Amino acid sequence: MTTRMRPLATLVGAAALALVAGCGTQGASSTGTAAQGGGSAFTPPDIPMQQSMGKTEGSVNILAWPGYAEDGSNDPKVDWVTPFEQQTGCKANVKYFGTSDEAVNLMKTGGYDVVSASGDASLRLVASGDVAPVNTALIKDYDQIEPFLKDRPWNSVNGQMYGVPHGWGANLLMYRTDQVKPAPTSWGAVFSDASKYKGKVTAYDSPIYIADAALYLMKTQPDLGITDPYALDQKQLDAAVSLLKDQRQNISEYWSDYLKEVQAFQTGNSVIGTTWKVIEQVAAGEKVPVKAILPSEGATGWSDTWMISSKAKHPNCAYAWMSYITQPKPQSEVAQYFGEAPANGQACALTGEAFCKAYHVTDKAFADKIWYWTTPISQCLDGRTDTQCTDYGQWAQAWTEIKG
Amino acid sequence: MAFSVRRSPGLRTGLLLLPPMLWLGVAYLLALGALFVTSLWSQNDFTGAIERIWTLDNYRQIWEIPVYRTIAVRTIALAALVTVVDALVAFPIALYMAKFASPRGRRLLVIAVLMPLWASYLVKAYAWRGIFADGGLIDWLGKPFGIHSPGYGLLATGVTLAYLWLPYMVLPVFAGLERVPDSLVEASGDLGAGALTTLRRVVLPMAFPALVAGSIFTFSLSLGDYIAVTIVGGPTQLLGNVIYENVGAANNLPFAAALSTIPVVVMFLYLAAARRTGALDNL
Repeated sequence: MTTRMRPLATLVGAAALALVAGCGTQGASSTGTAAQGGGSAFTPPDIPMQQSMGKTEGSVNILAWPGYAEDGSNDPKVDWVTPFEQQTGCKANVKYFGTSDEAVNLMKTGGYDVVSASGDASLRLVASGDVAPVNTALIKDYDQIEPFLKDRPWNSVNGQMYGVPHGWGANLLMYRTDQVKPAPTSWGAVFSDASKYKGKVTAYDSPIYIADAALYLMKTQPDLGITDPYALDQKQLDAAVSLLKDQRQNISEYWSDYLKEVQAFQTGNSVIGTTWKVIEQVAAGEKVPVKAILPSEGATGWSDTWMISSKAKHPNCAYAWMSYITQPKPQSEVAQYFGEAPANGQACALTGEAFCKAYHVTDKAFADKIWYWTTPISQCLDGRTDTQCTDYGQWAQAWTEIKG
Repeated sequence: MAFSVRRSPGLRTGLLLLPPMLWLGVAYLLALGALFVTSLWSQNDFTGAIERIWTLDNYRQIWEIPVYRTIAVRTIALAALVTVVDALVAFPIALYMAKFASPRGRRLLVIAVLMPLWASYLVKAYAWRGIFADGGLIDWLGKPFGIHSPGYGLLATGVTLAYLWLPYMVLPVFAGLERVPDSLVEASGDLGAGALTTLRRVVLPMAFPALVAGSIFTFSLSLGDYIAVTIVGGPTQLLGNVIYENVGAANNLPFAAALSTIPVVVMFLYLAAARRTGALDNL
């Protein structure tokens, strides 16, 4: 399976995103801080931190979200891995993964040196001792990273950073412009109105997608009392599950392989569903008439962190990669290709101000209003102490039941 | 040493059999044993670490949570259906190959039946993905008659599996039919039986063990398949991909191990039943 990727018309898409993004910021109160909790729920195993840079090992094994480590094989113009190899002498072996669960699982094998972990993977990796604390003094441009991304509950424990912030963004709603009319503005298009596109709806194949349903319920059914889509008690989880079971009747297929989603939209087997900006980019490159929007309810999203394996066989090359990928130039390239806000604000000088404005790169208030993927645990992340919340194991169980 | 080996036929046979026996004993039975042991452990939901405390929780969950029963029944029913479809399609082909085709035609037919095995499984599964796609082959052919592709789902999975495993049914049935002596067929005709009666009363009973032998392949392969369903199955869940997701995505090895005992038990019962028909002597 090969895909050709075109130079990406990011700015156009970004401008469109900015337009709808404005509507998505209302009502999502005090979120960023609400989604903490997890940090204090456990004590990470004692793993030594690297103190100084040694000689590079000649290669590095990188585990990344699709589009985070492009070497020009998808598009000759999209390549920031080759300059890294030339600068450091570390040959990069890249493996892409489709879900956070897959990333956690692959990191346990010990075959990878660095991983781009989202918030629903990072703490699990810290707790299981699969990643080591990161010595930020060894990261060249660490002081340029936006301060509101540092020392957050999903990338640090007890004030110790376990990674370097990479970038953040929102999960979007994509639809075929020629088949979905009128253009949707709400997640309701894939929940309450999903039967309009019976057998043509797609959704992300991971238990974490339950949070998307919870977010929708949070806005549409206030009496359920959901204040954080990752802190659901049993009753709230049941409501989200029942919503997703209704959606299941209209699903064409669930996706976790991003190329499979592109193909499903291309053939028209899927016409509406959740997506990432990069998928819209690839689909648009294949001349598929699609558009991705940020619906009025806001969205779940990700804030990714480069973490180093506690069993890294190439620790120096791993640090070299983390140091490289957070510099302004590669940051601007990844951000524009993947369609997300770079963690390093200096990248704006290279992407152009319009891009950074569209993605709210230095806008802490906006960043706080995306519900970042976080691992649900039994201690409620929204601060409730009078009830027990459902943990990720229960979500995984529920996800199997939803698919039936 | 070499001398004594040559002298003792028992030892020689033993040494010859040692590698395959090791393969069966260590690699296969031990792996099955390890699987069973793992299924009695549990997993920490947060860190994903395996906790080595004996528990029957995994089996209790499979028994008590209805979705797993639904998935198991769906998988077994699909495997049975694929087997029946393959038997119905394979029997006429095998009969023609064994009894009617010229030697040259027979060779060509054997090649034709085996030909799909030359292509990769994945290529064939993705080919069916294209056939069932919107605007794919089915849509295109059915357009004049108002027929629309059923899309990805259980039906597409069934068709794909039936296609994939057909050679495994044709070959044993062909071998079985070849062993039915022509004289018996002629005798049946001489005694006044029509073609259909001969087929039903003479050929079919003699070919039945061969059909069962073929069904062991199609049934077990369908029962364990997890790739075709992820390609053409849409949101359908079968035992294979639920096990795969528990290993590959959720990293819950103990639960996956507990789930995999379902196909093991089903196959065990199936083989026990097949043995009674004498099909195992036919492989």
